[in-house]
Amino acid sequence: MASTETRPAGAGGTAITPAPVRVVVAPAGWRADLRGVKVVWQREMIRFWRDKLRIVTSLLQPLIFLFVLGGGLAQIASGGTEGVDLRTFMFPGALAMAVLFTAMFSAASVVWDREYGFLREMLVAPVRRGSIVLGKCIGGATVASFQGVLVMALAPLVHVPYSLAMVAEVLALQLLLAFMITAFGVMAAVQITQMQAFMALMQMVVMPLLFLSGALFPLSGLPRWLEVLNRLDPLTYAVNPIREAVFRQIDLTPAAHAALLPGITWFGWQVPIAVQVLVVAAFAGVMLSVAIWQFRRA
Amino acid sequence: MSAVEVRGLVKRFGDVEAVRGIDLDVAAGETFGFLGPNGAGKSTTIAMLCTLLRPDAGSARVAGHDVVAERDDVRRNIGLVFQDPTLDGYLSAEQNLRFHAELYGVPKALVPERMRLVLEMVGLWERRGSLVQTYSGGMKRRLEIARGLLHAPRVLFLDEPTVGLDPQTRASIWGYIEELKAAEDITIFVTTHYMDEAEHADRIAIMDQGQIIALDTPEALKAAVGKDRVVLQVDDDDAAIAALRERFGLEATIAEGHVTVAVEGGEAFVPRLFAELGVPIRGVSVARPSLDDVFMSYTGTTIRDAEAAGGPDPLMRMMVGR
Repeated sequence: MASTETRPAGAGGTAITPAPVRVVVAPAGWRADLRGVKVVWQREMIRFWRDKLRIVTSLLQPLIFLFVLGGGLAQIASGGTEGVDLRTFMFPGALAMAVLFTAMFSAASVVWDREYGFLREMLVAPVRRGSIVLGKCIGGATVASFQGVLVMALAPLVHVPYSLAMVAEVLALQLLLAFMITAFGVMAAVQITQMQAFMALMQMVVMPLLFLSGALFPLSGLPRWLEVLNRLDPLTYAVNPIREAVFRQIDLTPAAHAALLPGITWFGWQVPIAVQVLVVAAFAGVMLSVAIWQFRRA
Repeated sequence: MSAVEVRGLVKRFGDVEAVRGIDLDVAAGETFGFLGPNGAGKSTTIAMLCTLLRPDAGSARVAGHDVVAERDDVRRNIGLVFQDPTLDGYLSAEQNLRFHAELYGVPKALVPERMRLVLEMVGLWERRGSLVQTYSGGMKRRLEIARGLLHAPRVLFLDEPTVGLDPQTRASIWGYIEELKAAEDITIFVTTHYMDEAEHADRIAIMDQGQIIALDTPEALKAAVGKDRVVLQVDDDDAAIAALRERFGLEATIAEGHVTVAVEGGEAFVPRLFAELGVPIRGVSVARPSLDDVFMSYTGTTIRDAEAAGGPDPLMRMMVGR
């Protein structure tokens, strides 16, 4: 692959001139694209690890919702939770939230990268642009799931015992959710060049989606309009399976189960968990495709 | 085979024709200077050669590959150093280079050796572990040059590599470029709007308003001008210009605030000037033809005056998106 050639030192040549190392750069193809995915992912990991403050601040928001809001409302809500602690009920919501905000920040790095020029270094590289987008999304999903695991560690504080099955199931769902949000964020970041505008948009989109998803309230007995919006919200189909996985750990009375975990129905049809997960995966796939398509044209 | 081969290249941005059908050939191993005021179309041309912009007409081949049809092949064989920094400040110099090596598929076994070579060349080996955000502007530019060389490109594009740097750093960057020419089998394509820097190039193309107006070695271009530049400091510019026309038959212009005239045998002309002009003179300077004069002889204006009149670079607006 490589040969070393020596070259006579030219007249007035400087002392630093060693024999050049000939490099034959690898050809294009799926290997090159895979390398692109890997190296973009690695960079996300390095940068996340450097930014300890971000790890802490992204954790703060779900914890505030869980313990401050959940703790404060527990008294007045106790009539409707059939004996289940409100914090226990909100725990799956907090698991989704932890992932949501971190994934959003990961996508925001595209805006930074453009601002500081690094995006161009990636765009001129001899790899497909799709592999850069994919690396970003996988990176965002990894980082966000790490945050999700930190929140998951708090389970005993809200009366949820650990089990391997729950951890594995929730982690997989968090990965998928984070991937979808990062892809959505990257898609938006291609259009928006200003950080403030990007963050404002994400807040404007993500907060309502979070509230509508049922992360903080049960899906039973909702007003009609709220029920319709809830069913249209892609987050619903990630939050509900996470809640099912967590509540499998707890002995619920049939009444509590009916009140807190009614499941999702489409026109009266009980949507199986597998279909719900498929909905999230489909959304993630569409967002990723749009993001890649936009990156190609950028 | 030519390292860069351009035929009838055109790029339009809306109604503005930024590059208006240029032709170029750069031989392998050559250092080619691309000169002109800001907004002349240099960066747009480079962006097309680097596959960042699609030409509207014409064709270009770089390192033997077509910039439209064989985009990835072109990208693998070129190194790029942009006007604006494209480094990740949150990573160390070494991590920035590793990222690049991986993206360009430099064989793993060669990376450490190659990395050391390029970092030593720009004098940053000792600082390789520091975060790039702690670097000065000059160090960042040097690191970008090192990174552009990491994958041993056949053609290195340097777009205004010295802009915004202090004179010492500018000189040292050109030092690296000279060393590079000695050390690597490489063609260097460099744009600049500093005329003095273009002297480092083997050949120069002067671009103005989207067209190449002159293309030759610096010596040949200067020799073709033939005349020295005489700059007069007078109280009444208009009277001096009129007197020069009447008594000597010379067409003078105002360049950078002073009456300027091109004359053969400038020194011998000065005594006649004092004797015959009839307008009080406060000072005179005579200069051998420089590339500034070459530019002036083709465009009738100095490069600095052309810049003051020209608009912002269309490519900058596009790429930065601000």
